[in-house]
Amino acid sequence: MTDNYLELRDVRKRFTGFVLNDISFTLPKGYIMGLIGPNGAGKTTTIQLILNMLEKDAGEILVFGRNNVQNESRIKQDVGVVFDSSIYVDSWTVKDTEKAISIFYDDWQHDVFTDMVSRFDLPHGKKVSEFSRGMQMKLMLACAFSHNAKLLILDEPTSGLDPVTRDELLEILQDYIKDGERSVLFSTHITSDLERVADYITFINQGELFFTGSMEELLGKYRLIKGRPKDLTVTLEKSAIGLRKTDVGFEGLIGAKEAAQYKECVIDTATIDDIVINVSKRGQRND
Amino acid sequence: MKAKLRAYSSIFVFYLTNLIFLNILYMRIKVQLRGDNLNIVISNNSNLPIYEQIKEQVKTQILSGELVEDEILPSLRQLARDLKISVLTTTRAYNELEQEGFITSRQGKGFYVMSSGSDLIREQLIREVENNLNGAIRAAQRASMSNDEIISLLRLLMEVENDG
Repeated sequence: MTDNYLELRDVRKRFTGFVLNDISFTLPKGYIMGLIGPNGAGKTTTIQLILNMLEKDAGEILVFGRNNVQNESRIKQDVGVVFDSSIYVDSWTVKDTEKAISIFYDDWQHDVFTDMVSRFDLPHGKKVSEFSRGMQMKLMLACAFSHNAKLLILDEPTSGLDPVTRDELLEILQDYIKDGERSVLFSTHITSDLERVADYITFINQGELFFTGSMEELLGKYRLIKGRPKDLTVTLEKSAIGLRKTDVGFEGLIGAKEAAQYKECVIDTATIDDIVINVSKRGQRND
Repeated sequence: MKAKLRAYSSIFVFYLTNLIFLNILYMRIKVQLRGDNLNIVISNNSNLPIYEQIKEQVKTQILSGELVEDEILPSLRQLARDLKISVLTTTRAYNELEQEGFITSRQGKGFYVMSSGSDLIREQLIREVENNLNGAIRAAQRASMSNDEIISLLRLLMEVENDG
């Protein structure tokens, strides 16, 4: 089997009013990738294309090195998914969920499921509809782990979760990839979650791929630049991304290499949030 | 009869102490094999990137002797999980430490501390001494101390250190 668990090549999908254009990225075995971008950037569309829930217009998607459409049922044995809301029937209990889900998988491990349910403290008596957001997420995770998924795809798993549960999830994901044989693709707009644990980042903005590569590379590429109004030269105004001018000064994003020449300005390291905010601002300006 | 009993009991005690000794030895080896002697604390507010913080702390612990030669370090993925950081970050830290000669990787086994007697580490230590002395010289110049004053101060401090 190939060492790339997920590979997208020039994937395109057109809706009325929205185009996902030439998305390409690669997720190697054993790592966590964060899929980021503002709302409506195309993150969920990308995930739905990978899972063949939507039909792509052009391009190629390989999961475990295999075409995702031709080998769909085989691939899905090894893929676990977690969505931002429960995908199970509201009236199910934990037991009903296992009964209904397990029949789809050749390799369902009842012991693992039981372990996970008790590790996550999921109540046996309650119905899925009575579960909290965190419990619903954990139930989806328990199912994914119980059929021994090698690739875990999570769409906004942290939205609506409190910080304690978010932290727990990150720890679970790190445990999951610890043996180096499994990968995680994780879409989110709460990027502070990602800043530390993600190895790779794919940043989609308005349907276009803005960046894909290691987290460190992305953080090393940009700096936050701040200064007084008089420090804002014409060249700086042109090269700064998402520039915000006020009466007392300005703030924007700039390439790390260019940053060095502006000695009068304050140069700060940019967080993922800074990058996402400034880049999406630029997008709006160009409209 | 009594003498025989005494002889037996002394053999028994001898075995028992041996067993305990071996057990202690085994536990120590086990601790070393687990690679949990490394202590790392990451600061979010540090100016240093996380991989640099790891490098600094590993180096400090090797130079101070807290980490000894041939000691195994936590695996890349274990360390990433424990510190809640990316595997690529721990990989970069270990790779750079390896390039600088502080640690060495053995195929399929993990990363080990290099001999602290190795030339590279000695060189690194000497460079650190040089840097610190340079700093001291600059401070002394600001305080307009003469060369003799600096040297005699250094002698005095070393005497105090050696006595302690």
